[in-house]
Amino acid sequence: MPVISYIEAVTQALREEMQRDERVFVLGEDVGVRGGVFRATAGLIEEFGPERVLDTPLTESAIAGVSIGASVYGMRPVAEMQFADFIMPAVNQIVSEAAKMRYRSNNSWHCPLVIRAPYGGGVHGALYHSQSVEKIFTGVPGLKIVTPSTPHDVKGLLISAIRDEDPVLFFEHKRCYRLIKGEVPEEEYTVPIGKAEVKREGTDVTVISYGLTLHFALKAAEELEKEGISVHVLDLRTLIPLDKEAVLEAVAKTGKVLIIHEDNLTGGFGGEVSAIISEQAFFELDAPVRRLAGPDVPAMPYSPPLEKEFMLNPEKVTNAIRELAEF
Amino acid sequence: MATDITMPQLGESVTEGTITKWLKQPGDSVSKYEPLCEVATDKVNAEVPATVAGTLTEIVTGEGQTVEVGEIICRVAEAGEGADHEKAPPASFAEEEPPAAGKERAKSDADAGDSSMKRRYSPAVLRLAQEHAIDLEQVEGTGKGGRITRKDIQKLIDSGEFPQTGARSEAAQKAEKKEEPQPAKTGQPAPAQQQQPDVQTEPGDKEVPLSSVRKTIAQRMVTSKHEAPHAWTMVQADVTGLVKLRGKRKEDFKKREGISLTYMPFFIKAVVDSLKEFPYLNSVWGGDRIILKKRINISIAVATEDALYVPVIKNADEKSILGLAKAVHRLAEKTRAGKLTMEDLSGGTFTVNNTGSFGSVASQPIINHPQAAIISMESIVKQPVIHDDMIAVRDLVNLCLSLDHRILDGLMAGRFLKRVKERLEAYGPDTPI
Amino acid sequence: MANERHDELGLSDEQVLDMYRYMLLARKIDERMWLLNRAGKIPFVISCQGQEAIQVGAAFALDRDKDWLCPYYRDLGMVLVFGQSSKDQMLSAFAKAEDPNSGGRQMPGHYGDRRFRIVSGSSPVTTQLLHAVGVALAAKMEKKDHVALTTFGEGSSNQGDFHEGLNFAGVHNLPVIFMCENNKYAISVPVEKQLAGGSVAARAQGYGMPGVQVDGNDPLNVFEAVKAAADQARRGEGPTLIEASSYRLVPHSSDDDDRTYRRAEEVEEARKKDPLVQFKAYLMDAGVMDEEKESALNKEIAQEVDEATEYAEKAPYPDPEQTHTHVYAE
Repeated sequence: MPVISYIEAVTQALREEMQRDERVFVLGEDVGVRGGVFRATAGLIEEFGPERVLDTPLTESAIAGVSIGASVYGMRPVAEMQFADFIMPAVNQIVSEAAKMRYRSNNSWHCPLVIRAPYGGGVHGALYHSQSVEKIFTGVPGLKIVTPSTPHDVKGLLISAIRDEDPVLFFEHKRCYRLIKGEVPEEEYTVPIGKAEVKREGTDVTVISYGLTLHFALKAAEELEKEGISVHVLDLRTLIPLDKEAVLEAVAKTGKVLIIHEDNLTGGFGGEVSAIISEQAFFELDAPVRRLAGPDVPAMPYSPPLEKEFMLNPEKVTNAIRELAEF
Repeated sequence: MATDITMPQLGESVTEGTITKWLKQPGDSVSKYEPLCEVATDKVNAEVPATVAGTLTEIVTGEGQTVEVGEIICRVAEAGEGADHEKAPPASFAEEEPPAAGKERAKSDADAGDSSMKRRYSPAVLRLAQEHAIDLEQVEGTGKGGRITRKDIQKLIDSGEFPQTGARSEAAQKAEKKEEPQPAKTGQPAPAQQQQPDVQTEPGDKEVPLSSVRKTIAQRMVTSKHEAPHAWTMVQADVTGLVKLRGKRKEDFKKREGISLTYMPFFIKAVVDSLKEFPYLNSVWGGDRIILKKRINISIAVATEDALYVPVIKNADEKSILGLAKAVHRLAEKTRAGKLTMEDLSGGTFTVNNTGSFGSVASQPIINHPQAAIISMESIVKQPVIHDDMIAVRDLVNLCLSLDHRILDGLMAGRFLKRVKERLEAYGPDTPI
Repeated sequence: MANERHDELGLSDEQVLDMYRYMLLARKIDERMWLLNRAGKIPFVISCQGQEAIQVGAAFALDRDKDWLCPYYRDLGMVLVFGQSSKDQMLSAFAKAEDPNSGGRQMPGHYGDRRFRIVSGSSPVTTQLLHAVGVALAAKMEKKDHVALTTFGEGSSNQGDFHEGLNFAGVHNLPVIFMCENNKYAISVPVEKQLAGGSVAARAQGYGMPGVQVDGNDPLNVFEAVKAAADQARRGEGPTLIEASSYRLVPHSSDDDDRTYRRAEEVEEARKKDPLVQFKAYLMDAGVMDEEKESALNKEIAQEVDEATEYAEKAPYPDPEQTHTHVYAE
């Protein structure tokens, strides 16, 4: 199987879906001639022309709202928010409109649209190019929220998202874009939305994570194996709808759970996962459920030592797992 | 000493860069911020300036080479600096490798002998201790502060040798006679006493000690019968078409797939497709609520000489007849070889029991707790029936369903059975599989 | 009767009579809803009264078989012309299962009907404007010649989505018509405190499209402007912004008391320009309608509204289980 980067997986999924279905088109700031500021849409305008690779005005609310209108009509728009941090002007359209279109019309109308947004830090992006914004949307029924961590899952899930009948927020960790490479099948495949995956089997501590921190967990698990600590790693892949069964199964493996995400601790999705575990897997627990997350400060600072302090890394993850293993 | 010039991070998300052209050669003098080389990345093409003034002494990364952000690309000897000038710190924004995970930290000796956590039992430990009647007082903990971990208990259970609270060893019983029976200590939950029926043995009777599997089966059956109010119903299906279909296809199937084509995958398929229509049949009792399971994982009963196992076909709704046939075959093989894992045995949402395989024509299965219902497929028997107003010989099968009456009522169960029946009856000799 | 204004616009006598019928029907349904509200039978009403000419005139200028609507919550007249019935309105008012807009999920006035290409709307204002732009973008991509019309109040023309939508449509030259129903009040705040430049239409200039001002009390005037805008859009010549002036004759909603912010005399004055009164006079003058016809029409509509009310009141509520459905595709 060919090895490609996380961002190439995005481009491949877009290209293949645009080839397969004429209704699929991309829109956003700089997605056309420039091919996206991260180059996720590189080469698409040459292949599909400016009508299907649409450079929009600098207006996030319109990018979302126009996508909603086009999807209601029957198109399959894939909108790009240049940075997840800039999604805020579009929140009204996403939360009040896209999420509720099917429900409020009693299933008459629906919005099959995808909003892609690069999120996360570790790239010297400071307060407004580093945020994790998933928790703003995880409490909004009607949206699906996908947060892949590997090129394989990026491609398979983005294809599933484009074919999905409901609005999907597709969050791509920008630090993974060129850092994470992996095997991707040559033939067409999809990864179902709503299914988590065990990325590593283990017996001592269960780590539940997604995105960049998932890779920290895998690295930590390798280190800890040398110490005789066996780590079970579950990649949520999709936050909404959450694969609760996979979570409960992963909890049952070890009875000790560490949930990791870069999003802030308070209100972060780890709280929800933890609540489900305590409600439904209480008698499997051998230790308090632990969370390791971004601190409760407004956002990630620019200065390198401050950024490093905010960011998780394999060492922080290793220590948290070890502590739980020893409990 | 020369200053190392490293590959800068040119843009967010960029992790590597390619030198496209060197603008300076070794021996050339460079002033501060003068371009040294051209670099191309996925996002940006740019000139890399010198961070110090001096003489370019060495090119480390040649043209066309790609290196990670932070790697050395060339060295510049600084002007007017002593030869032993300290290596400049890396540019503050250069990508830092995350520090290697912390040094292996042996468990501190201070932990040994600390038993402050000895009686802090976790929910999992308490549950396992109760289920297996383990006397926690006699268990050594390996966790922090001497805490008994779930793994400690699991190891004991797997070894089959553990201090029991219920059935005591002879030695323990003797010891007990010397002491007064101890009341449960404060803060320690009373262990679940396994009921010991008062059965007298007579000469010639043989006592068979319970294997751990037998114990588990016994306990599961009691739990199910005790907790779930069972109701039972049966329908009869005419599977003449299915019998013909199998007769026609079985040899070819065996040749092609290497496994026998049994009726089981057809039964399972009919059940799975009907479960999708009736999600309450694919649910579990949750005390104050009913949990409708999203996944359809079918437990199948596989009997061995001395025990009954119910391994699980995961995501049975995603499988074809062939896929189900293979899954059934694989699980049966594993069961007989004694190679089932916990993974194989967990997660079932509905049970299909193939009682017909040993000739039964009606049975009242016990629900596989905490599922909502269990279906048994009885023997297919040729019987004279009225068919199109004529007496005909048809292949009939009884489908028996036990259901948890807390979750389901007869109406829905009946509708469900009707759909299973319709699906089985829809097979004809030429149905593609 | 020749050379009347409607003849010049290409409208037949039957068509203008039909226009009047829709305006009257909208008014009567609206009035009934207020009665039902004051009788404690329905919790909420939001009105079209005073804006019927805009809604009916605009809808008549569109192609009811292929054009799309992204209306706002006062557009009763418009959705009636596009195909919704009196019964539909009452089912929505009573929040009954059969309500075609939302199955009783949304407040009245939140129109949406797949049968007639009326895109479902919400309560946060101006969001629908971008949906119309999206529909128009899709039409352009698919090379279809239908247009999307979206409406909104003058207060909404201050929202970001208004400016983002107009600019987007202007840049991409899309077949969409933006129609502001300027009824002079955003709940209690008068137009003087809403529009710094005094005009919504004038804002079109910044977005590269014509800005047209029309008398919203005259359906023919509105018809003419919308027709021109639709023709232009169908020719691929881009969007138009229309500002139709009217007056909101009743409080903002059944929960509002307009005596706290405007004088009764002001409302009385506006009632003299009531579009229904004016259009009736026009039709009488033109000889298209007489007293006899008008009273027959009134009678017929009264009966229709009675029947619709009765039907909806008796219709079943949605099953409580419906609360949990249609969050995602099932």
